[in-house]
Formats: sequence, C-alpha cells, structure tokens
Amino acid sequence: MLKKWWLGLVAFGLLSVLLVACSSDKESTDKVPTDDEKGSGEEIVLEYWQYAFDAKVKLMDELIEEFEANNPGIKVKQTNFPYDQYNEKVAAQVPAGKGPDVINLFYGWVPKYVDSGYLQPLPQDAFPHDEIESEFFPLVEATKLDGEYWTIPTAVRTLALFYNKDLFEEAGLDPDSPPKDWDELQEYAEKLTKADGKGRLEQSGMAWEPSQQGHQWLRDGLTRQAGGEVLSEDKKSVVWGDDSAGLEAFKYWLSFPTDLGTSEVGFYTDDVTAFLTEKAAMNVDGSFRIGTIKSDAPDLNYAVAPLPGNKKQSTNASFWTNGITAKVEGEKLDAATKFLKFLTSKEVMEKWIDATGELPAKEEVAMQDKYVNDEVYGAFINSLPFANAHFFVDETEERQLVIDAADKVLLQGMDVEEAYNELVEETKKLHENYWSNK
Amino acid sequence: MKNHSASSKKIQKTSLIGKFRGNVKYQKYLFVYTCLLLPILFFLGIRILPTLFTFNVGFRDWNLLATGVKPFIGLENYKVLIQDKVFIKSALNTLIYIVLGVSGQLFFGIVVALLLHKINRFVGFFRVIYFIPYVTSIVAISWVFQWILMKNGIINDLLIKIGLSPQPFLNSPDQAIYIIIGAMIWQALGFQMVLFLAGLENIPKMLYEAAEIDGASPWQKFWHVTVPLLNPTIVFSAVIGSINFIQVSFTQVINMSSDGTGGPLNSTMTVVVYIYQLAFRKFDMGLASAATVMLFLFILALTLFQMKVLTKKFDY
Amino acid sequence: MKIGKVLTYLALILGSIIMLFPFVWMVSTSLKSPIDIFSLDIIPENITFSNYIKVMEESLFAKWFLNSLIIAVVTTISVAFFDTLVGYIIAKFSFVGRGVLFILILSTLMVPTEMLIIPWYMMSSDFGWTDTYWGILFPGLMTGFGVFLMRQFMEQIPDDLLNAARVDGMNEFMIFFKIAIPQVWPALAALSIFTFLGNWNAFLWPLIVIESEALRTLPVGLSFFSSGEAESQWHLIMTGSTIAVIPLILVFILLQRHIISGITLTGMK
Repeated sequence: MLKKWWLGLVAFGLLSVLLVACSSDKESTDKVPTDDEKGSGEEIVLEYWQYAFDAKVKLMDELIEEFEANNPGIKVKQTNFPYDQYNEKVAAQVPAGKGPDVINLFYGWVPKYVDSGYLQPLPQDAFPHDEIESEFFPLVEATKLDGEYWTIPTAVRTLALFYNKDLFEEAGLDPDSPPKDWDELQEYAEKLTKADGKGRLEQSGMAWEPSQQGHQWLRDGLTRQAGGEVLSEDKKSVVWGDDSAGLEAFKYWLSFPTDLGTSEVGFYTDDVTAFLTEKAAMNVDGSFRIGTIKSDAPDLNYAVAPLPGNKKQSTNASFWTNGITAKVEGEKLDAATKFLKFLTSKEVMEKWIDATGELPAKEEVAMQDKYVNDEVYGAFINSLPFANAHFFVDETEERQLVIDAADKVLLQGMDVEEAYNELVEETKKLHENYWSNK
Repeated sequence: MKNHSASSKKIQKTSLIGKFRGNVKYQKYLFVYTCLLLPILFFLGIRILPTLFTFNVGFRDWNLLATGVKPFIGLENYKVLIQDKVFIKSALNTLIYIVLGVSGQLFFGIVVALLLHKINRFVGFFRVIYFIPYVTSIVAISWVFQWILMKNGIINDLLIKIGLSPQPFLNSPDQAIYIIIGAMIWQALGFQMVLFLAGLENIPKMLYEAAEIDGASPWQKFWHVTVPLLNPTIVFSAVIGSINFIQVSFTQVINMSSDGTGGPLNSTMTVVVYIYQLAFRKFDMGLASAATVMLFLFILALTLFQMKVLTKKFDY
Repeated sequence: MKIGKVLTYLALILGSIIMLFPFVWMVSTSLKSPIDIFSLDIIPENITFSNYIKVMEESLFAKWFLNSLIIAVVTTISVAFFDTLVGYIIAKFSFVGRGVLFILILSTLMVPTEMLIIPWYMMSSDFGWTDTYWGILFPGLMTGFGVFLMRQFMEQIPDDLLNAARVDGMNEFMIFFKIAIPQVWPALAALSIFTFLGNWNAFLWPLIVIESEALRTLPVGLSFFSSGEAESQWHLIMTGSTIAVIPLILVFILLQRHIISGITLTGMK
C-alpha cells in the first residue's frame, strides 16, 4: 500500500516540475494585450468601482444620472463590493486584464497601487498641480507620489471627540463645555468612569480602541498635539522618535487604559458599540459615524467637539479618493477625466456632505458659513485647517504595529518606553524599505 | 468464469457494454476509463492546473496588482518566509489548532454519535440540535461569541457569581487561541457526528449479535467490533478534520480575533490567514504562493502519515 | 440498563443547551430593534419583526435565496453522482494509475481556496464565465472530499457481493446503481448534506466571480450588510443568517433519516 503512495507522490512531483518549466517558458510570449472593446465614435462606457456604503452608492447613482445627461456619449457603470473584500476583488481582476476605469480607494492604499503600476497620474492639463494645491486642503498631498498626483478626493473626514451629554450631566459635568486640553480630557474621563469593584468597568469614561480610530488619534492627533511629527516634511523619513513629543503622546495615550483605568480594549466589543449603547461616555471618531448614530441610536443625546489639544491643535484626516487605472487611454481617458472633474466640483461636494456626512475636500466649499456653524459638522469642519493625513506606506502593517505596541504594554506588561521604541523602529523599517525599493 | 460471462452476454442483449466483444475484464476496464474520463479532466483542469500555477508563482516576485513582467527569483520567497517571525508563529499556531481541534472534534463527535446510537426516542430531534451549529453562519455566530465572552459578557458574570475573577478571553494572547479552538469544535461537532452516525450504521448488526452470543461485554463490543469497523470513518474524519481545520480556521479567526487579523499579538494567527494577508493586503502573491506550497507539503505529509498510522485492515 | 438510558438522555440534553445557546442568541438578536441588539436579554423586551421586513424590502433577498438554492442543488446532484462513482471505482477496481489518481484528487483539498481564485478568475474571464451561474458553480461540481468519503465507505463493501452480481449477469453500471449505492446509502446522505451546506455557504469565490446584484448568493448578499468603516448592521446580519439557516435545517431533517435507513434498505447479504 505504502509503495503506491510514494509512487504517486513522485509522479506528481515530476508532473509539477514539468508543468512549471513549461509555463515559465510560455510566460513571456503569452502576454495578451488588453483589448480595447470600444471602437472610436461609439458610446464610451466607464467602469466605476467603490466599496459598498449605502449612502455613497445611492448618491453616486444619482450623480451618474446627472453626469450622463450632461455628457451624451458617455455611460458610467457603478459596481460595489464590501469593504472587507474590496482589495481581493480588485486584485483578482488584474491578472485577467479586467477591472475598473475609475476606482475609489482609501488614501492609505494608494502607494501600493501606485507602486504596482495600477494607476496612472492625473492628467496635468485637467488637474494642474498649482490648482490642486491652492483649492484643496493640503492633506490631499498624502497621495502625491514621485511628483505626481495620482488620485483626487471628493470629500475628506476628520476625527473629533464624540461625547454623551446625558452621561456628562449625570457625572455633574457641563454638557456644553467639553474637555479642551489633555489634562481636562483625563480629568473628565476619570469622572465619567464607573467600576464594579470586581475588576470590571461598568462605564468607560473614554472609549479606547487602537484597531479602530485609536491608531490614527495617536499618530496624527496626540503626537502632533505634543509638538512632534511622525514623518519629516518631505514624508521620506520617520522622525517619530527624534524628540520627546512622540513618547509623551504615546504615554498619554496609554494612560487611559493603564494609570487612569478609564478604558479597556474590547469594552462592549468595540468603541463604537460602547458609545452607541451609552456604556462609553466619550470616543474619538470620524464624521462618517454620524449616519450610523442617526439610524441605529436615534435617541442618543450626544455632541461633537474638536479633539482636545496640548501644545497645539491637530487631528487626523483621511479620505476615499478617485484614481484612473493605468490601462485607460484615448477617448476613454478624456471621459474619465471629465468624470473626475465632475466628482470634484463644488455642487457634487455639497451634495456629498448632505448625503454621506463626508466633508468637502476644497477649502472654499468647506469653509462656507453654513458648514462652519453647523451643529453637527462644525467641529469636524473647524478641525480641517489643522488636520493631517499620515502618509502610509503600508496601511495594514502600520495599523498593526500600533495595535501590537499597545498590546505589548497592556497584555505583556512591557515597559512603555520600550514598546514605543520598538514601534518607532518597526515603522522606520517599513518606510526605509519602501523608499529603498523606489 | 468465462463460460459464465459468455452466457450472461447472451441474456443482456440490450446492454451497451454487453454488445462489446470481450470478457469481464475488458468490460471492467471500459467501465473504469469511461467513468473516469470526465472526473480526470475536471480535476486536472479546475484543481491541479490552478495549483501548479500557484506553485509557479511561488518562485516569482509577483505583485498582484502589477501587469508587467514577474521575474523568476528562485527560492527567494522561501528564504524570506522561513525568516519571517509571523509566519513561524502562524505555523506553530496551526499545529496547536490541528492537534487540539481535531482530537477534540473526533472525541466529541464519537461520543455524541454513540449516545445517539444508543437511544431510540427523539433521535432525529437531537441530531438536528447537534447539527445546527454546523449550519449557522460563522460570521453571525462569531459575533455572538464575542458578545458572550467580552469582559462584561455573561460568561464573566457567571465567573464572578461563583467567586472567580473575570477573564479577558479573546483579548488575551494566552487564552484567545483556545477559545477559538473551542468555538471551532462547537461548530464542527455536527459534521463529525453525521460522519460517525453513517459509519456506525455501516456496521452490520449481525456482528453485534454474534458478539453478544459469545458473551462479550459492552466494552468488549466497543473495542472489538465498533472501533475496528469504524476505522475507515475514523481515518476519514481525522484527515478531513485536519484539512478542514486548517482551511476553515480562516473565517473563524478573521471574525473572532480581537483585531480581525489573528491578534492579539498574532496569538491566533494561522497559516491560511497569513497567506490571505500576504496575497490580498500586501499584494505579495509570490510570498503567499510560497507559503501555500509549504502548507500544501505539510498537509500532504500529515495526510499520508495519518493514513498510514490509522488505517488498519480488518477482515470480517 | 434503565439508569444508563436516563444518563444518556441527561448528557444529550446538557449538550443540547451548549449547542443551542449561541444559536438562540442569534435568533433573539434578529428580533430586537437596532438599539436593543446590544442588550443582554435573551428574550427581547420588545419583539419586532422590522428587521425581517427590512431585509426583505431593502434587498433582493428572495432572489439571493433562490440563487443559493439553485447552486446548492445543482452542485449537490453533480457531486453525489460523480464523487460516488469515482470513489467506487478507486475503491473497488484495480487499474493502472489508481494510487496516483487518488493522491492527486486528495491533494486538491490541500490548497486554500483563497489561492485558487486568481487562476479560476483568469479562466472564467477567458471563457466568459464571469457573472453567470455556471461561473459560480463550476469549481464545486466534483470534490476531493466526496471522492475520499465515498472511497472509504465503498471499500467496506465485500468483493463477493459485487462478483456475485457479475456472475448473475449484471453490467457494471447496474452493479454500481443497484448493489454498491444502496450499501453506502448513509454515506451518500451525509455527502449530500455536506455538499449542499458547503455550497449554500460558499462566499469568497461567488463574491469574486459575480458582479451583478441579481446574481449574488445569500452569503455574498449578506456581506453587504457588514461594510467595514461604517458600523456593521448586526441586526440585519443576524436576521439574514437566521433566514438562511432554515432551508439548511430542512434539508438536514429531510436527509438525516437516510443516514440510518441504509442497512434496512439493502438487507445484509
């Protein structure tokens, strides 16, 4: 019996070697050129992909209708996929030579897409650099690579402090004066915390989840508020550990689950759930959460304030952004450019904030009185001028590093400074690797 | 023999195979190769070729999003992998998953099947109940587990009531992997139960009756009739259980681990989860494929080992 | 003896509670309003069917349900036929390349699906199978799992039984259908159940190969309720999952009887 098994294995091995050899020979000659399905003069069909987010999908359907009406001869086909599988879906299409013409990406993914040659730079005649730089918030530079802009967003989001007014009142705090600086935030968090005396929190003063917005709060919020920076001006080197600000921010960040005992990772599964169910009194979160609160917890009595600062004000910004894929050319490229122009117009930005809660990416549109003074969006809009979007070379990995740094301290009892140094070292390595491969 | 087939040929005038001139052996070969034609084409085209494609990619520097040339780099990917701490960790974890998970599944599967085999009322009812976890969506049930197991969840309420201190469960690098293994056993129990029920039913009742006449005790019957005759099922369950555990662990780990990627601190990371991350988060198809090849070789070796050690020829 | 029976039932009931608890929680959550899903009550304070109505109204749920059904039924029939046949041949015939074939088929189980979707997609795109039913179901038409399972069970059939049939003048197909299959009826029932389930729950490949909303299978459709950045809509996921489980339980109730009826059907010879 055994003999046969081994014979089978050997035969299989030989077969694999043979086939590997054959296919590697063919590799170079078998390249099928991407076929242009549409001849000139006919209707141009643009494939537009974005991830499945109800409000955005619905709005985009309306916008496409409007765009098609104004641009006869161009049709846009929207396709959506769940966020978690978005990258798989894109990746599976590449070897088959298929995929979208215009794609909506999270800005942190853009470097990977650019490096692999998936995107083409935005045409400079339609999107001159000086125009982008004067009209848009400077944070869009996070997708400027190799001297080119590769994508352009319709909207951006900032982080701010969500707080529960009812719980404030219950703790004897004024619901109309949220914490303004680091010390106040700690003080408030302590007052808003309840424990059951058996080692469990009953109510968390400050929701705290590195895997959600926590890592962003640390990098673009706390570190810069302490007067430090994660990256150098030209984004090419990690300066996180160069002064004491980074460590100060890291220590402050970790004080909530450690010294103060106001927070816990995984409290009511995650920060958003905890805040929605009134188990957490404060949370750092983005404007995109407002829609969720409206639909899932309509009675929640909450307000939003800019992030409490320290030496200066700062917050994290992030955005979903539109790029044109590398294979698009000729008339199709013109159509795609037109579509992007349309998506970044003032009218679309105004519709966008109403429908999705994401803030206009152009300064002139965002800073209109109706938005600046808005009860809900005001805090986010007002944070835009000092917001920063960290340049990720590898979004997944950099997020993981922060999560791991926190876990090392909280779960393994590692010294805070040591965990911080490791975090900085690892982040440095990632960035150095990235630039050395350029 | 020959005479027989000749006469049977005459009787079966309508039979297609019978029309062919020849003996039983010829018929058999014709039958074998006709029936295998389609399956062989299928398995080669849909399974083996794509697998070889993956093996080939493992020797290349292959960025999943790039359309250009993918250079051949020999064993470079393998070198990177064996120096990769996370990969090593995931491999070790996978071993823990298999050893504990598969033996747990087999044990509980056999126990439940035997219990169900013993009773004669409500059998169908209990079968359905024990099978339900296997059919429910892993995503939905993982959320329920997180909710039950969180620090303020009902399990910890219970622990406090009986005077113990609350546990972090999924948030602890020491406990999380065992919790996930437990959840996987819970889910796979119904699968193993069905297999063993089918296996038990395949044992002729006759043999038990014979053993009873010989005056065998229930234990003797179990060891001398049930276990040997259940052997093919046990082999199958162990092999498939291991393979499934390696592959299915993916959904469970993604949905139950605290950060959704095999945390905390990679303590629940498995090789399949890591392969997935390499391929679709980092777009490094070369590394992912190399890891796949290593996983493949490991499972192959494990399977051959299991079949050799567990298979016992039994004549009755 | 009596005490043994009582203990058996007690053990089974205790086990049932553990097995059912998370499931009951899922069903109970589907009956809660979005804000109550975070409460710790097992029996919801206010039972609401609004989630069910929402799932039905706001998505093509019925269509997805039908798609899953079609795919699961077709693949189950195909797998039940081909895998049983191949398993039978490998177990009961000796021919050139038998060992190699078996190991090859077995080895197809050892590569994670995640790594096959890229070549499958290239293939589908070349043949124009993307976004079709055929595209979703072709990888599952035969499985190494089923071949292996059926081989294990077919091996137990006494050779004498088959030879006797040959002597009686039955042709090979008749022997397969009339003699071999009834012998492994329990295993065939188990295989059908597993295949139906596996395809009903298949997620990653259908997601990759489908583009249009109308072709989504149930798990793919449900995944659109849990979209990353915005909080997942757990009440809808629980509702969808609860509905999705019903046909599976029905299929199981229907087929599980055959797991025991194997021997009585054939009668041992």
